[in-house]
Amino acid sequence: METNWPLYEVFIRSKNGLSHKHVGSLHAADAEMALENARDVYTRRNEGVSIWVVKAVDIKASDPADGDFLFEPASDKIYRHPTFYEVPDAVKHM
Amino acid sequence: MTQVSSLEDRFLQIIDADEKIEPKDWMPEEYRKTLIRQISQHAHSEIVGMLPEGNWITRAPSLKRKLALLAKVQDEAGHGLYLYSACETLGIDRSTLLDQLHTGKAKYSSIFNYPTITWADMGAIGWLVDGAAIMNQVPLCRCSYGPYARAMVRVCKEESFHQRQGYEIMTVLCKGSEEQKVMAQDALNRWWWPSLMMFGPNDADSTHSELSMRWKIKRFSNDELRQRFVDMTVPQAELLGLTIPDKDLKYNEAKKGYDFGTINWDEFWEVVKGNGPCNEERLRARVEAHDKGQWVRDAAAAYARKQKEKSSLSKTA
Repeated sequence: METNWPLYEVFIRSKNGLSHKHVGSLHAADAEMALENARDVYTRRNEGVSIWVVKAVDIKASDPADGDFLFEPASDKIYRHPTFYEVPDAVKHM
Repeated sequence: MTQVSSLEDRFLQIIDADEKIEPKDWMPEEYRKTLIRQISQHAHSEIVGMLPEGNWITRAPSLKRKLALLAKVQDEAGHGLYLYSACETLGIDRSTLLDQLHTGKAKYSSIFNYPTITWADMGAIGWLVDGAAIMNQVPLCRCSYGPYARAMVRVCKEESFHQRQGYEIMTVLCKGSEEQKVMAQDALNRWWWPSLMMFGPNDADSTHSELSMRWKIKRFSNDELRQRFVDMTVPQAELLGLTIPDKDLKYNEAKKGYDFGTINWDEFWEVVKGNGPCNEERLRARVEAHDKGQWVRDAAAAYARKQKEKSSLSKTA
């Protein structure tokens, strides 16, 4: 069986001022080809002004099973939010 | 030459259309330099800004106040990171930026060269210093350079609690004992003028302003922002029952804003030049923290190297 070309994740900036956003992936022989193919596949209808391609193996992703211990600690830190602090109603601009 | 001028025309068109410049877009060298200077100063300010408040973490009067202060200082470290990262998109690397801070070549906001001598200073800093910072930062969310604007959106969102916790500290002190009220007034007396200085020199004396406004890095002038800050803050002080330490402060019906006294610019420039009450102490603390962290960075690099060796060994096995 033939081996796959490496998988590239594709990120598109829809317009200047916005971050690149993940749109999908494709296989390509190298980064240059990935960029060309991403342009053909993902920006046929003016979806973007800039493309990033990143080899999927170079992305280190968190494990969904770790969700609780990664993100749960933030939920009881209510003092990180502005509403935790009492400011009289008469105070404007705060 | 014609190519440069057409690139420059295109650049100015983008600016005039209120669109954003992104890292790979062509930009004038001066725009790049201005942004590197401003964003790195901003990043350094976040990092050095942790020191005056760090002074009170172990001595906060309650667990609630300690948690709030820890969370605020932690946010500031994060804001420093966002800003250094935005700055690096302009082609300067992190270690160069840190070197510039540690050798005193780069500046940070002068406000952090004042000492925090009582607990009320934590209230005054949150209320006034963060208040002034927010006044400066909100328009930066619309700055023409994309990565800076996006970093500022995050910063502003996270910062909204900083000012409120400061004002809450002030309200509690002002409703407290006579001594506590005196402490709150004393903090306001010491932080008021340095807070006004945070907006920078008067417009007539501001060297970088004109181009920054043309390029929409800045949206409002130093004096405009300072005036807004005064107009917003004076009523807040009145509600606390505190007196702004300015005998010339007076509401001007015609301009629908306050007239206020002359800022002591000699003091401002002295502090900028390094002769403020805490300049040496702050820089020393920063350099020491960096040097003392060297073994941690070395250990992390050694660990990463070993992990890499291990995984390449297991691949060949």
